[in-house]
Amino acid sequence: MKKTPLYQDHVDLGAEMVDFAGWLMPIRYTGLVEEHEAVRNQAGLFDVSHMGEIRIKGPQATEFIQHVFTNDVTQLEDKQIAYGFLLNHEGGVIEDLLTYKVDPNEYFMVVNAANHDIDMEWLLGQVGDFDVEVIDQMDDYGAMALQGPNAQEVLQKMVDFDLDEIKFFTFVENVSLAGVNAMISRTGYTGEDGFEIFVQPQDSSLVWNEILRVGQGIVKPAGLGSRDTLRFEAGLPLYGNELSDDRTPLESGFGFFVSQGDFIGSDVIKAERESGTARKIVAVELLDRGIARTDYPVYNLDQEEIGHITTGYKAPTVGKTIALALIPAEYAKLGEELLIGVRNKKLKAVQISKRFLPRKK
Amino acid sequence: MSKLFFTNEHEYVQVKDGIAYVGISDYAQDQLGDIVYVELPELELDVAVGDPIGVVESVKSASDIFSPVSGKVVEINEALEDQPELLNEDPMENWIAAVQLSDESELDELMDEVEYKAFLESEA
Repeated sequence: MKKTPLYQDHVDLGAEMVDFAGWLMPIRYTGLVEEHEAVRNQAGLFDVSHMGEIRIKGPQATEFIQHVFTNDVTQLEDKQIAYGFLLNHEGGVIEDLLTYKVDPNEYFMVVNAANHDIDMEWLLGQVGDFDVEVIDQMDDYGAMALQGPNAQEVLQKMVDFDLDEIKFFTFVENVSLAGVNAMISRTGYTGEDGFEIFVQPQDSSLVWNEILRVGQGIVKPAGLGSRDTLRFEAGLPLYGNELSDDRTPLESGFGFFVSQGDFIGSDVIKAERESGTARKIVAVELLDRGIARTDYPVYNLDQEEIGHITTGYKAPTVGKTIALALIPAEYAKLGEELLIGVRNKKLKAVQISKRFLPRKK
Repeated sequence: MSKLFFTNEHEYVQVKDGIAYVGISDYAQDQLGDIVYVELPELELDVAVGDPIGVVESVKSASDIFSPVSGKVVEINEALEDQPELLNEDPMENWIAAVQLSDESELDELMDEVEYKAFLESEA
């Protein structure tokens, strides 16, 4: 099992450690709900060193990214970031990722731990005649995410420039954070304001502990348990749950991050935009008592199985039992009821808006 | 006079006047984390040792509770339906279901409090 540079810090904090995609990661420190609420109301600090980093460099870096990535990076300024997908030739999602544009000849990708090896193999396989290098930087970074309404106030005490300069989905490189060299982006996976911080592995522990020290009483260490409930409430997809290689991003409801241009899989997407998708992910709220969890079956009112739950929780901030369900498009309609198989019962659920949290001011 | 027993699945049985009050141990609630839903058994349900007698769900997962004894469910703790967090706050006071024992000798198979403590230490 792989360990991040912060492994010992998690153990010292009393974290419960679990296997996540081959990494020994903290699932919680004090309690999932407490950590979830800390991020919503103040700030939480996550170790995200298990995420993969891949650098694309060369005179044709932009052309290469346009070929493999669904979002249009020619629209980005330098130091801007785009969310998007790598698709296979059938339009299925190989990966969802952030692409950081350093400049038109250099991009930095942050990918899922579980998909990193597949991504590397896929990207190398697409290089062909493109004049680019695909560089695996998995082991070059320690990474953490400081998330929550008070994240900026805490981090500001540790840098000598104004963090307002880092706008949403932009980044800065080679800045000094607690005395060490860092890259900082205004990104995250929680639906809250916050930053993701990349440092050299050997500097990770110092930065982690310094953030907890400076943020004492405000910042709580937060584990993968709350990371998942936070992203779910915020409507952010998880690869393997909402996204999969046998499903297009349109079916998953993320067509917004797929440009009109040409890239691997775009012919499937274009056809789907014309004809509509065969399946959709819808949100449901349970009307009966119980919790709809990942992979539970979904039935129509005639009790025929039509799909499955991609993620479901008794959501801590929303306070309701809600879930996302992948079903044939013909059944997708706000206000219509579905049945969810929970153990030996079929529980009633009603389709609701996917916007679970109130819009931020 | 009541007697307390535990299983290696971290259920407890508090026996009083031939009725077994079944719940989850403090260790179990701590391992589960924030409990957000409890599914209670039907009243009058006949259970054998190892039959499901309820489900306790944390934010993260659903865990079956297995009856440590045989008998008929004669009472359920309905307060848990609206306040599942009681299992986190005081699991020993908040049993899940009460079973009229059909065979008291089954209790001999369970651990007493001292044995359970030793078992937890051996697990750690």
